[in-house]
Amino acid sequence: MTLSRMTLAAALLGATTLGAQAQDLRIALQSDADVLDPDQSRTFVGRIVYASLCDKLVDITPDLEIIPQLATDWEWSDDNTSITFTLREGVTFHDGTPLNADAVARNIERSQTLEESRRKSELTSVTGTEVLGEYEIRFDLSTPDATLLAQLADRSGMMMSPDAFDAAGADFGLAPVCSGPFAFEERIAQDRITLTRFDDYWNADAINFDSVTFLPIPDTTVRLANLQSGDIDILERLAATDLEQARGDDGIAIESAVSLGYQGLTFNLDNGDRGDNPWGNDPRLRRALSLAIGRDIINQVVFNGAFAAGNQPFPPNSPWYDADRPVPERDVERARALLEEAGFGDGITLEVQVPNTTVPLQLMQVVQSMASEAGINIEITSKEFATLLEDQSAGDFIASQIGWSGRVDPDGNIHQFMVTDGGLNDAGYSNPEVDQLLNDARTTTDQAERKALYDQAQDILSADQPIVYLYHQNWIWALDASIEGFTPYPDGMIRLEGVTTSED
Amino acid sequence: MLSFILRRLLVAIPTIILISIFVFALQKLLPGDPVLAMAGEERDPETLAFLREKYGLNDPIPVQYFRWVGNALTGDLGISLRSNQPVLELIGQKLPVTIQLATMAMIFAIAIGIPAGILSAIKKGTAIDYVANVVALSGLSIPNFWLGIMLILLVSVKWQLLPASGYVPFDEDPLRSIQVMIMPAFVLGTALAATLMRHTRSAMLTVLTSDYVRTARAKGLNERRVILKHAFRNALTPIVTLSALLFGELIAGAVLTEQIFTVPGFGKLVVDAVFNRDYAVVQGIVLVTAVGFIAMNLLADVAYVLLNPRLRKQ
Repeated sequence: MTLSRMTLAAALLGATTLGAQAQDLRIALQSDADVLDPDQSRTFVGRIVYASLCDKLVDITPDLEIIPQLATDWEWSDDNTSITFTLREGVTFHDGTPLNADAVARNIERSQTLEESRRKSELTSVTGTEVLGEYEIRFDLSTPDATLLAQLADRSGMMMSPDAFDAAGADFGLAPVCSGPFAFEERIAQDRITLTRFDDYWNADAINFDSVTFLPIPDTTVRLANLQSGDIDILERLAATDLEQARGDDGIAIESAVSLGYQGLTFNLDNGDRGDNPWGNDPRLRRALSLAIGRDIINQVVFNGAFAAGNQPFPPNSPWYDADRPVPERDVERARALLEEAGFGDGITLEVQVPNTTVPLQLMQVVQSMASEAGINIEITSKEFATLLEDQSAGDFIASQIGWSGRVDPDGNIHQFMVTDGGLNDAGYSNPEVDQLLNDARTTTDQAERKALYDQAQDILSADQPIVYLYHQNWIWALDASIEGFTPYPDGMIRLEGVTTSED
Repeated sequence: MLSFILRRLLVAIPTIILISIFVFALQKLLPGDPVLAMAGEERDPETLAFLREKYGLNDPIPVQYFRWVGNALTGDLGISLRSNQPVLELIGQKLPVTIQLATMAMIFAIAIGIPAGILSAIKKGTAIDYVANVVALSGLSIPNFWLGIMLILLVSVKWQLLPASGYVPFDEDPLRSIQVMIMPAFVLGTALAATLMRHTRSAMLTVLTSDYVRTARAKGLNERRVILKHAFRNALTPIVTLSALLFGELIAGAVLTEQIFTVPGFGKLVVDAVFNRDYAVVQGIVLVTAVGFIAMNLLADVAYVLLNPRLRKQ
């Protein structure tokens, strides 16, 4: 570096170093969060902000076990139709309102009755709450609901100050008041969300930053450049293609975890008139396509091997994965034989709609070239995402490349997609046996029993294949090397308890 | 002068009405349901129906349009479907950002484009002229996004001289605010500088061959005086008009530049709003931009009159 350049650098950087706050943690998000009201919110990045802003009744471990957060203990009734929570004592919201059973009751009521609430379907089994004491509350259920605790480990279980939401109504999200380790300070849309340390936090000792700033930076290259230039401390969703570059940088540490979600091809079986097509009518064609695809090849070619190949709604490392049905090897011969059997020995065309962004297009091109070797001619129709979603929901598609971000409870990855008239069943799939199995799996809290039910459903679904699962994304975080104590979670959240920086 | 401005303002009104109808209609022609786009993974039909009703999306399009106009006249531009923030507040947050970006870009453009144009005009046919023309052509042809990413990788990552992206409000930390904005303003400014340079050059060439310049030289004035006082002053008129027209290009360029450098300005707001089908935000931005564009052109016309005394008499 020449002297003049150093002088220039010093002059330009002078104010930067002086002005920077050592204990502010800066986290880059892939997009801007939506409204910051846990009852109305719907984005993944919003949930990352909540991990620092709003505590929940319960939380999860990296192995998806449910652990205490605002509730220290819980107990199911014998018939599993009610659950009683014991709440942590001495917790207050950011506005000083105490967190007690009454506050929890008002929160659940709001999630169920606020007209804008997106939490209604998550809490449908709850018929009411009963305050049993200052720190004890019972939830009464219409039917046993094994998914409830997992819902309460997410936005449905986030506790907001009842005084604040009574005053603000549906506008609560403009200045949210919760009970998490950081309190809301300021938001400038598309620029930043700033939270400041909440000194009265019940677990304040585990929090080592004075403030945390979330910055939406959509472009992956720019996100990484910001980390490399020292402008941010942590970024979420590093692109798999940038992994090598990031690993080569001594100033950067990488953490990753297989996500709870999946990506795949959804077929139109019976969603409107267009469901009446060979691909929708004959499961052999869908099985043939599945066999024609090398899932490991996709992972290597499109994602540099950073993700996980998949063939079920749950990733292979999940406790819910059916190990008797491993990810199939690519078998072009069998694929051809199945096509022959179905009467398409001379080949067949499949129209697939794909979001018009880089990764899905690359993915489909790889699938396209593998499928062509089996005699399947894939025609790719790329659509802007909002359009794709509308067409898919309306049944105006043959096959659609789409994924799911995943839920802690297995039910969230399969039930609403596969049961007859399920909320996200865009395939129009209907099988009374699957309905029965998936509904039964909701009502038992015994894990082994539930697993057996999901395995049975999997037996039928892997023959029918209304969704051909392709891969599971990995959450990849890149951190400044000075950040210590970061724990990767499969839900993709950034939990700041125990995270420190070695910089002063 | 006053009646001139008033007349121009009256002409602006139908223009703004036409633009707002056009944009409103175009948006409604876009495929993609805003409520569904907003819902993402959570598509509870009951909530979707409620939101459609709440935002008046079930009404006939003319009804929606006139309701919007009615509210806009009282200063209410609606609320963002995505963030629930009032559109006016969002625009209030973004406008200063883009104004700062545009101003700094314009400074770059003028500081580079005009001197280069003058220089290449007086050195016509020499090596300097050719070099300036090649540079200008490159400035026009290099895509913004490429230049932006290259600058980030070089200046921020390799040399660590400037922040890679983002924004700091000017009143919060003026120095840092300017630092953050240097690269996006430079990228945005270079393309404009090229246009400005070419126009300055041709305007200067025309003026330099005119009789009064020859007379000025014949009077024995020194060359600096001839060029800056006599020639450049007169060449300025078309350049000012051009600068006002470039304002439109500036806003269009800001859309791309703000995406690359994650500058939370107008351009980024409108792009995100289009993708999210956040109608109220798109509509609000278009209205404000149209008004801004018309105002800039009005200002240019006023400056035109001030610069050219002959027009003042009319």
